[in-house]
Amino acid sequence: MSEKILKEIKVRVWKQKNSTAKGKFETYTVHNISTDTSFLEMLDILNMQLVEEGKEPIVFDHDCREGICGTCSLFINGRAHGPDDDITTCQLHMRKFKDGETITVEPFRVGAFPVIKDLMVDRTAFEKILQAGGFVSVNTGGIPDGNAIPISYDDAEAAMDAASCIGCGACVATCKNSSAMLFVSAKVSHLARLPQGKIEASRRAKAMVAKMDELGFGNCSNTGACEVECPKGISIANIATLNREYLMAKIKD
Amino acid sequence: MTQINSKIPEGPLTEKWSKHKAKIKVVSPANKRKLEIIVVGTGLAGASAAASLAELGYNVKAFCYQDSPRRAHSIAAQGGINAAKNYQNDNDSVYRLFYDTIKGGDYRAREANVYRLAEVSGSIIDQCVAQGVPFAREYGGVLSNRSFGGVLVSRTFYARGQTGQQLLIGAYSALNRQIGAGTVKMYARHEMLDIVKIDGKARGIIARDMVSGEIKRFGAHAVVIASGGYGNVFFLSTNAMGCNGGAAWQAYKRGAFMSNPCFVQIHPTCIPVHGEQQSKLTLMSESLRNDGRIWVPKKKEDAEKLQKGLIGPNDIAEEDRDFYLERRYPAYGNLVPRDVASRAAKERCDAGFGVNNTGLAVYLDFKYSIERLGKDVIEARYGNLFQMYEKITDVDPYKEPMQIYPAIHYTMGGTWVDYNLMTSVPGLYAIGEANFSDHGANRLGASALMQGLADGYFVLPYTIGDYLANEIQVPKININAPEFENAINEVKGRLDKLMNIKGTKPADYFHKKLGKVMWDYVGMSRNEAGLKTAIKEIADIKAEFWKDLRVPGIQGEVNQELEKAGRVADFIELADLMARDALAREESCGGHFREESVTDDGEAKRNDEAGTYVSAWEYKGENQEPLMHKEELKFENIELAQRSYK
Ligand SMILES: Cc1cc2nc3c(=O)[nH]c(=O)nc-3n(C[C@H](O)[C@H](O)[C@H](O)COP(=O)(O)OP(=O)(O)OC[C@H]3O[C@@H](n4cnc5c(N)ncnc54)[C@H](O)[C@@H]3O)c2cc1C
Ligand code: SF4
Ligand code: FES
Repeated sequence: MSEKILKEIKVRVWKQKNSTAKGKFETYTVHNISTDTSFLEMLDILNMQLVEEGKEPIVFDHDCREGICGTCSLFINGRAHGPDDDITTCQLHMRKFKDGETITVEPFRVGAFPVIKDLMVDRTAFEKILQAGGFVSVNTGGIPDGNAIPISYDDAEAAMDAASCIGCGACVATCKNSSAMLFVSAKVSHLARLPQGKIEASRRAKAMVAKMDELGFGNCSNTGACEVECPKGISIANIATLNREYLMAKIKD
Repeated sequence: MTQINSKIPEGPLTEKWSKHKAKIKVVSPANKRKLEIIVVGTGLAGASAAASLAELGYNVKAFCYQDSPRRAHSIAAQGGINAAKNYQNDNDSVYRLFYDTIKGGDYRAREANVYRLAEVSGSIIDQCVAQGVPFAREYGGVLSNRSFGGVLVSRTFYARGQTGQQLLIGAYSALNRQIGAGTVKMYARHEMLDIVKIDGKARGIIARDMVSGEIKRFGAHAVVIASGGYGNVFFLSTNAMGCNGGAAWQAYKRGAFMSNPCFVQIHPTCIPVHGEQQSKLTLMSESLRNDGRIWVPKKKEDAEKLQKGLIGPNDIAEEDRDFYLERRYPAYGNLVPRDVASRAAKERCDAGFGVNNTGLAVYLDFKYSIERLGKDVIEARYGNLFQMYEKITDVDPYKEPMQIYPAIHYTMGGTWVDYNLMTSVPGLYAIGEANFSDHGANRLGASALMQGLADGYFVLPYTIGDYLANEIQVPKININAPEFENAINEVKGRLDKLMNIKGTKPADYFHKKLGKVMWDYVGMSRNEAGLKTAIKEIADIKAEFWKDLRVPGIQGEVNQELEKAGRVADFIELADLMARDALAREESCGGHFREESVTDDGEAKRNDEAGTYVSAWEYKGENQEPLMHKEELKFENIELAQRSYK
């Protein structure tokens, strides 16, 4: 923890009053930021400063601040979740920036995720996709013992890999087509790998893909950009699983 | 005056729940369709309850302040969930889980509730497996377990270091299925700001749409609070930034008693505070204590060199390391309960043996387990936690021990509920971390997830029927009734008041100030004089807040400063009640350590003559002293003993 102090940082932030207003960049200056400070803590400090100056603070989404809830978003210096690998914005630290640097901060720019205010976007579209089929159809109660159906170590691990998706939307924001395929495929693969989820795998794939198309996400052209920016390392191989399940469903039709 | 009646069923402990279920009323499917239930919160407790109630046929409205139910704070739980499955053949049982929980809670929880929790724990695992929760498995395909603090068996189920995430995704997917089917109406980005009572019964809520700023009213035949804990009173905690006590506090102001507010859990293994600019602390899961060994230097001069950065941990010879938990508690070693481990760390650091520049850190070292098991095994078990640690501290924990220090983590106290999980307001329920019921004065690791899901899947869906069976004649609640009108006006008045102070300081300023007072006087170690000071300083902060707060912007749009201001206003009042509760409890028990009450070897000393009670505070009005009721705790099955982990 070799702490250093960044004497001056300029933050160039997207400000937009609401979903219909036209936005623009504004530049603010903050001083004396420790390199051990997280990026969002730096924004907190800036916001306190703005309030004290009688200005409106910058609106941004965040909650857990440990990379698991998927609430934080942001495009920082042109990258979803900023200039570090395998992390969310809330896990980004100021040691990744240089003294005197100007940092550009934008919202995720995706048609299906309209801006609510400043850096806050509306990701309800993801909810709708999951509501269409991202579940196993079981009610509470009347379930056999947890060990009744053995699941191989590898299947459990592979399901867990896919289930790590935090629903942040960085994959969509990074994709030039605004495709949600990585997100959808993560859910489909997670459940398809387990005996409990296999039963309705095709139906699930079909329902989720149909909803995704309806909500205006783009097509996948296999650029692989999503995988690179995914903070949870969700593999693009999941998209192949999704395509397979989807095809099976179509054949059955 | 309202009387305290915990409604614990008669009969032997092992039969209470089954006999109670057989006796309570059931609502017919046709009538369920006519009844509405509001669930505030979609963490493990709220999501599991909302989904299960909707599956039964009730009409559910669910609320959360995040943009999606999946982002509730439960998502951050790392280590695991307990269940008395005895899959390891290590002589675990419902009774043992019950016993461990009562003992771990330092004999300040209700026997009947805890026994029920242990009884339903096994079904939770079955339910989650059926939903597709990818729990860790052995090569033979069966479920895997690990150990947590305060127990001698292996009963913790886990999904890497992301157990809460996976359990919540399970409950959330069940919820999504109901939202898709139209039986649950989901209101994300809505913050509940008041409870509405009609003729003494909970009949709805007032909530602020956090996007449009609109203040809305919602009616229901019953209201369930599942809003989580209030650890953020301390400003710095392991809780998510938005965690708040608001919903529980509004319920308190509308007549729901608040229990044991001073029972707060301080988690021993968190990344230490780095400086003034920090807004959040990060937990390193308790599961790490399975394989990590905690130590500080034996020699003061080594500690001083570490503090000055002259040497590193790997420069300290084996024989100069003090594995103080193993030394003091040979039976449980590094796996003593959280309150014990936290105090032991504080004791070493206060004595000058802390290992970082602030002197407030100890080591959690994996060198020994890496030597024993290999790096691969450790990586498979804790990889994501190690990565998290490295991203925050820039130190590689495979090479150098982690630095850790205790931090505020969980609140055992909460809204008072009876055996049916109903608060002292008829028709108002509280589940999950928001209620007080199962963990006494200290919660065992991996038991919060268990309790949240027990409440939501297997307890509330039964007990709420007993109340609603008498409500089937009540038509859809009229949200234009004067009671709703009054409540909405009060909420608007309060928001206007916050907006119109037009002082000079942001909400965070007051929150930080409050947090410091709480940590210093109502934190890990408490005494009479300090608590009295806290009450006074909290009153000063309150006065300053209402004079000098500044909330920029307007009410009728996204306004995160206004959200924070409302929560801080509640925290300030809650802090006062916490200090009063701590002052009234003249004993040490679990996480509540009163310096006046210690054993000769410095351990917490309970006073069972005076302390075997649950406090239930009644709100008496603005600036009035609250009134404490006491619910006597009766131990019929367990003999009270001084806790020993030696
Ligand atoms: C870092 C961390 C790790 C943990 N690890 C473990 C572990 O390994 N094992 C374990 O058993 N426990 C663990 N815990 C504890 C456990 O996670 C929590 O106690 C538990 O998840 C709480 O669940 P809940 O459903 O009661 O509340 P939460 O998950 O906190 O959910 C609260 C819900 O209420 C909503 N809400 C709150 N206020 C309002 C309002 N005014 N209006 C509308 N909605 C509102 C929120 O939006 C949210 O949906 C951990 C806790 C932390 C902080
Ligand atoms: S796939 Fe990755 S980038 Fe996309 S939503 Fe999930 S976690 Fe985020
Ligand atoms: S705030 Fe939760 S992932 Fe960033």
